[in-house]
Amino acid sequence: MPPTAYHAPETIEQAVNLLSGDASARPLAGGTDLVVQIRSGRAAPGAIVDLKRIAKLREIRREGEGFAIGAAVPCTALKDNAALAAAWPGVVEAANLIGSVQVRNRATMAGNLCNASPAADSVPALVAAGATCIVVGPSGEREVSVEQIPAGPGATSLKSGEFVAEIRLPGPAKGGSDAYLRSIPRTEMDIAVVGAGASIALDGNGTCTAARISIGAAAPTVLLVEDAGKALVGTKLDDAAIDKMMEAVRAACNPIDDKRGTAEYRTAMAGILAKRVVQIACERAGGNS
Amino acid sequence: MSKIHVTTTVNGDEREFLCTPGQTLLDVLRGELGMTGSKEGCGSGDCGACTVVLDGEMVCSCLVLAGEAQGRSVSTIEGVAEGSQLHPIQQKFLEHAALQCGFCTPGFIVAAKSLLDRNPDPTETEVRYWLAGNLCRCTGYDKIIKAVMDAAAELRQERTAA
Repeated sequence: MPPTAYHAPETIEQAVNLLSGDASARPLAGGTDLVVQIRSGRAAPGAIVDLKRIAKLREIRREGEGFAIGAAVPCTALKDNAALAAAWPGVVEAANLIGSVQVRNRATMAGNLCNASPAADSVPALVAAGATCIVVGPSGEREVSVEQIPAGPGATSLKSGEFVAEIRLPGPAKGGSDAYLRSIPRTEMDIAVVGAGASIALDGNGTCTAARISIGAAAPTVLLVEDAGKALVGTKLDDAAIDKMMEAVRAACNPIDDKRGTAEYRTAMAGILAKRVVQIACERAGGNS
Repeated sequence: MSKIHVTTTVNGDEREFLCTPGQTLLDVLRGELGMTGSKEGCGSGDCGACTVVLDGEMVCSCLVLAGEAQGRSVSTIEGVAEGSQLHPIQQKFLEHAALQCGFCTPGFIVAAKSLLDRNPDPTETEVRYWLAGNLCRCTGYDKIIKAVMDAAAELRQERTAA
């Protein structure tokens, strides 16, 4: 059944009313997943609620030291925000690995998150960065960590009528930076076989003061690997600490075998990518200390 | 099902159409508006044959709902030439034999123009990355890249001369 209504509300309140009044309605951000799913029959929303006419959701604004990124901000607009790209280069790069320029001119990080693919490129970077999202719905507004949104492939923890209105990134820690890498057999237009994100902070002596490591396409959801971060904090990122971090990442993996990669390959590569993103994040953090 | 009335600008002209909520911009361009230059290759945003420019940004028109075009500005392949005068990118595609079956060509030309409009002097690598979302199963891409690089050079010369 094709959708029977298209709504383009201009306020968050109108969008909440439209979505909570019709259990079959779905929010539309960039549409690069939802429109494909409607056409293939995988999704059959009765109504579409387009969020792109809500001015507040098209903005990137400073929120204290951090940033608030509206649900309708396309990935390419993230690159154009110099302060955001300097503060969170890994997040901005990850979002700009998705699809093609045509796709990134539409696709949003909130949509990437709520599509709930374990291979979503921007999500591990957001998780590593400690991003949260503002969820709005009939019972009001709540702030939850990004890693709490995906519940499994294609499934979210959002309740009926709720949608992600905004993604919030904290200000980067002093001496901190981030990175994301994915493994694909080509350079563009592909889906991560496995991906890893890291956010690292170093003190003036090069001792790691904070670390968050995440992995994508290595389990039913993107994962924050807390033990991997713990293995680095308090160390100077020597080989022993890195090995322990890689071991924690591999232990957290629970991937599938499919045409794009075997579980064994994904598990091994998750550790290697985690090592590489830690190195890149540290190089970047060195410039910020 | 009630249809949606949409007013939008296509290649500088105000156009009106009726569409269903699930219809895409590509469906309406090719159907209601009779502009069949934009092609449907995959219908899933992978091939770029339906590339149009929406409010200054290139997008796959197969991934845009027609209702979203209300009040927007759309540029398609039909607006690239000026009457019978081909755009330099189109001319260079002919000279370099950058097309065989031609199905992908409108998308490539709209995408290449979008690049050269913002970056008149791209490197070959930049051209290749920019056009990564446009698939061609005939040419092997090399002639397309040469045509775009040559068109960029000519457009720079025209600008200097002007």
